[in-house]
Amino acid sequence: MPKIDELPLWLRAVLLAYPWRRIEPVPVARLRKPLAQSRAALVTTAGLVPAGARAFDPHVRGGDTSFRVIAADADLAQIADHHRSNSFDHSGIAKDRNLALPLDRLRELSTEGIIGELAPRHLSFMGSITAPGRLIRDTAPQAATLLEEDGVDVALLVPV
Amino acid sequence: MLAEVTEKVQPPRALSVPWPLGFPLGAPGDGALQRQVLRVLLSLLSRTDVPVLERFSV
Repeated sequence: MPKIDELPLWLRAVLLAYPWRRIEPVPVARLRKPLAQSRAALVTTAGLVPAGARAFDPHVRGGDTSFRVIAADADLAQIADHHRSNSFDHSGIAKDRNLALPLDRLRELSTEGIIGELAPRHLSFMGSITAPGRLIRDTAPQAATLLEEDGVDVALLVPV
Repeated sequence: MLAEVTEKVQPPRALSVPWPLGFPLGAPGDGALQRQVLRVLLSLLSRTDVPVLERFSV
């Protein structure tokens, strides 16, 4: 995992002073069925946007807290990187969207029987949300409800 | 995700990977490595001794 001292000085200062939230006690969700029978969904923070969907807004103060829905059978080549941050290297994701949204890999794991199946919908947020109030109050619960509606047993968060 | 941030936020289960920001699944085009990362990540689901911060080693 990258260390904070690998970042520019100004960003280090911001991250060290930032009032990070945590949930206490740490919640724990247990698998309700064997993994091989479970339905899995991906949640990325890479700001990925499927063809035809609205781009993330880089100008929203405190960060754009909305999310995009990506279908399980989406063509990864048609998904665009709209993340506003320059604090990470975008070149890998430009070559292979699986780095941030490993849909192809999840399909393979389903075929191999490691997981049961893919959820019909996967979610994309754009990180760099410095004011997460609307995320906590509105869009994160909406995302959780959507995953529950789809009968998701396992959600894998892929932060960039 | 940064190690220091993960330690502060304490998500229930997290996998630390040895690559730069922007490369959470490793190398572009390396499906075998990406699949291995996901398999280790999925293995954490059986852990209930949260918070779990596991390190992925290549």
